[in-house]
Amino acid sequence: MDHAWRVEKLRAPRPALLQSDLLMDIFIQQLINGITLGAVYAMVALGYTMVYGIIQLINFAHGEVVMVGALIAFSVINALAGSGLPPVLIVLIATACAAPLCMLLGYSMERIAYRPLRGAPRLAPLITAIGVSIILQHIALLIWTRNPLAFPQIIGIESYHAGEATITNVQIAIIGISTLMMAGLAFLVYRTRLGAAMRATAQNAPIAGLMGVDANKIIAATFVIGAGLAAVAGVMVANYYGIAHYTMGANLGLKAFCAAVLGGIGNLPGAMLGGVLLGVVEALGAGYIGDLTNNVFGSNYQDVFAFIVLILVLVFRPSGLLGEKVGDRA
Amino acid sequence: MNALRNHPQAKWIGVALVALALLALPFALASAGTAWVRIMNLAILYILLSLGLNIVVGFAGLLDLGYIAFYAVGAYAYALLASPHFGLHLPFWVILPIGALVAALFGVLLGAPTLKLRGDYLAIVTLGFGEIVRIFLNNLSTPINITNGPRGISRIDAFSIGDFSFARTDAFLGLTFSGPVKYYYLLLLVMVAVIFINLRLHDSRIGRAWEAIREDEVAARAMGIDTTRVKLLAFAMGASFGGIGGGMFAAIQSFISPESFVLVESVMVLSMVVLGGMGNVGGVIIGALLLSFVPEILRFTVEPLQQRLFGRMLVEPEVIRMLIFGLALVLVMILRPGGLWPSAVRRRELSAGREAR
Amino acid sequence: MNPPGARNAEAAKPEQPVLLACVDAGKRFGGVQALDAVSFAIRRGEIYGLIGPNGAGKTTLFNLLTGIYAPDSGQFTFDGTSLAGLKPHQVTLRGIARTFQNIRLFANLSALENVMIGRHARTHAGVIGAVLRNPATRAEEAAIARRAMELLEFVGIAARADDAAGSLPYGDQRRLEIARALATDPLLLALDEPAAGMNATESRALATLVRNVRDRGVTVLLIEHDMRLVMSLCDRVLVLDHGERIIEGSPAEVQRDPRVIEAYLGAELPASGVAKTGGAAT
Repeated sequence: MDHAWRVEKLRAPRPALLQSDLLMDIFIQQLINGITLGAVYAMVALGYTMVYGIIQLINFAHGEVVMVGALIAFSVINALAGSGLPPVLIVLIATACAAPLCMLLGYSMERIAYRPLRGAPRLAPLITAIGVSIILQHIALLIWTRNPLAFPQIIGIESYHAGEATITNVQIAIIGISTLMMAGLAFLVYRTRLGAAMRATAQNAPIAGLMGVDANKIIAATFVIGAGLAAVAGVMVANYYGIAHYTMGANLGLKAFCAAVLGGIGNLPGAMLGGVLLGVVEALGAGYIGDLTNNVFGSNYQDVFAFIVLILVLVFRPSGLLGEKVGDRA
Repeated sequence: MNALRNHPQAKWIGVALVALALLALPFALASAGTAWVRIMNLAILYILLSLGLNIVVGFAGLLDLGYIAFYAVGAYAYALLASPHFGLHLPFWVILPIGALVAALFGVLLGAPTLKLRGDYLAIVTLGFGEIVRIFLNNLSTPINITNGPRGISRIDAFSIGDFSFARTDAFLGLTFSGPVKYYYLLLLVMVAVIFINLRLHDSRIGRAWEAIREDEVAARAMGIDTTRVKLLAFAMGASFGGIGGGMFAAIQSFISPESFVLVESVMVLSMVVLGGMGNVGGVIIGALLLSFVPEILRFTVEPLQQRLFGRMLVEPEVIRMLIFGLALVLVMILRPGGLWPSAVRRRELSAGREAR
Repeated sequence: MNPPGARNAEAAKPEQPVLLACVDAGKRFGGVQALDAVSFAIRRGEIYGLIGPNGAGKTTLFNLLTGIYAPDSGQFTFDGTSLAGLKPHQVTLRGIARTFQNIRLFANLSALENVMIGRHARTHAGVIGAVLRNPATRAEEAAIARRAMELLEFVGIAARADDAAGSLPYGDQRRLEIARALATDPLLLALDEPAAGMNATESRALATLVRNVRDRGVTVLLIEHDMRLVMSLCDRVLVLDHGERIIEGSPAEVQRDPRVIEAYLGAELPASGVAKTGGAAT
């Protein structure tokens, strides 16, 4: 994992003269790492934000969809690894298996756990979501064991250098694919009939209903689209870190949620911006916190940043960076 | 039946019988193995936690997903002040109130900036807070070793008063009182006090203010209720119960590490409250007992059953337990949103909901 | 006692001192001036009406008064002191109680509990009192219950004391809200469209109740759409339109005023109604 590498690099002794150059390189390196991670966060954050935008529900179990996507891809890649097919094709097949299954999962989740609770007190679906999350994790545990699974690295990693900073082909692919998918989502939401219906339902469900929009269908579609994005994010992140685990979704999901709140929950561009920003903040934070605090705090505090950002945003700007002021809809 | 129930003497006889049963219980359990006494003690700890969380979630309607952090604060407060780690060995009756106070302080620190937020945001922030506390516990071993990191703190002092130690086995009146049995009685005492406090609070001016906030915050403010203060009070009360529970947990286990304070534990306590019946003290106790004992019963039934059927263990009891928790949360919310034993208010809410549909 | 800016003091009964003085209150939402330099004064013991077409700024004024929004300009002086910077619960403590346009009872609590919660502002028991239940706390609890019951009787729904507030008929819910507001011992009771959705009989019964409230020494501020109710009930009436003060005077004076007729007719005519009701402040 490049994580360990990052820490080592920072601790290495450095000549005083070159320090500013090196610092710049480290900065660029962490920026690259951060944007990569942020692209993944953004993809997952979109799922949270779309669902929240339409039914004001925090789909707590969304992170688990990422995990399921990664683990399905793991099984498929493992099965095909010796088949002689080109590695890129194998990964594509794995994604093509993971995405529909995750979309089905997203649909069932909405149907079974959330739809019966529409109109219930706000806490009810949140608690159900926690339940769904526990169930998915432990079913995954039964299928894929409780051990961390080394994700097959079938795509050879190529690095491109710029000074001391490097960017790998996997990072480029992650950033590229996320950008494409988000552009696709933007097209779907802002340029198609389905997107118009989604936006109408988010604005005012009863009026949209009067206009002939079937709210239940739209909500289901939102879950399905979010789950699809999450599945792809899962495949990418597992490839990136080279590891998959039945608990990987919880933490990732939580951070993506933080990203969605940071950008302004319910706001699509906000989720994208929030994701990338959070990724960069984490990477830079982890890269520099040791230096800034004389190694009192090390990069093992990386996970704290997301939550601190979340708390700060909620306290000082609850509507997020791009969100409109949240009305008293509650 | 009703005549019997309304008879004042019958009520007291009932109370006396229950008290007698609770006093005799550890000996009955001990005959099946000291392990069961320990399990019972842990169950009572969970009752304490659930009742603390019930104040926050059930009474005031604030969803706290990081409640276990307060338990951790109490446990570490005790461990640091009564173990060889710092060489401090303060008596427990000094530390427990300190633990409760520190936990309450953490509750206020967390609550002050966040209680303005809407319910679901609060849930996420508290969850993040729980994680932050755990990450700090895991990492505050350098540069100064405060928490001893993931290795945790061991050889924590048992409770003792003068020469009387809760860890030792003593004979008294021809009965053998082992460490766990002594702790059982102490826990029982604390539990009765906590139940008493819960019931009294619920039926008071403060309890009504909490209910008002849960029902309609804007209207509550128009009634002259300082909602921020009253919510903070709920947070601090709940947290202090968690802190006391944590201190007792540290002493009983004599070892703690960040492992004991993970998110799943928060979810478990929440499950107990929700499953039993949010806001109803009796329901919450039943929820805590049920979810504490079900895993143990599973351990004693599922394992041998699988061994006999398949010749090996296919599914660990731990996994089954978690699956049951998850399913219970979903099913209870959908089928019986008030929990197994709903509070009177929830019952009204639900019947009103049905009429509206 | 003569707060500054009580411009219309001469229009009211001169023997009663001013309870609430509002001077040049203004509030803007985005591009809409919801309230523009409105001044008025309410005297002790009167029933003061506030009327105007939709979007006139009535509810905005109400929200400024009760501390939900802070005014952009101007200030409220109540019972001799300024209300500036007070939060809603502090306004209640000062002696202003309110009801809500779209009833906000604690629907799942009993009617009695609703009114008991209203006593919160005037009672003191804290956690320690609650747990120990010492004689002082017990006495306070008993007094709370007694007072709540008395108020339920006063508004005429004592028989439903143990029913869930949400299960009461509509008219009774309005009454319960008034009882709950009275439980805070207000000097001024502000009613936000209490007759909305009521038929003529219910409306008349409400008028009687409001008069009884005033006879208990509580000053009443009444926002209402129902012109007949306002005209029969109020001592003086303030008319707003587009956030501005049109006129203040006795019901008879107001009814005759051409500007009022224009404001109302203009708003009620379907054709021009759309243009005139576009304000954000409803």
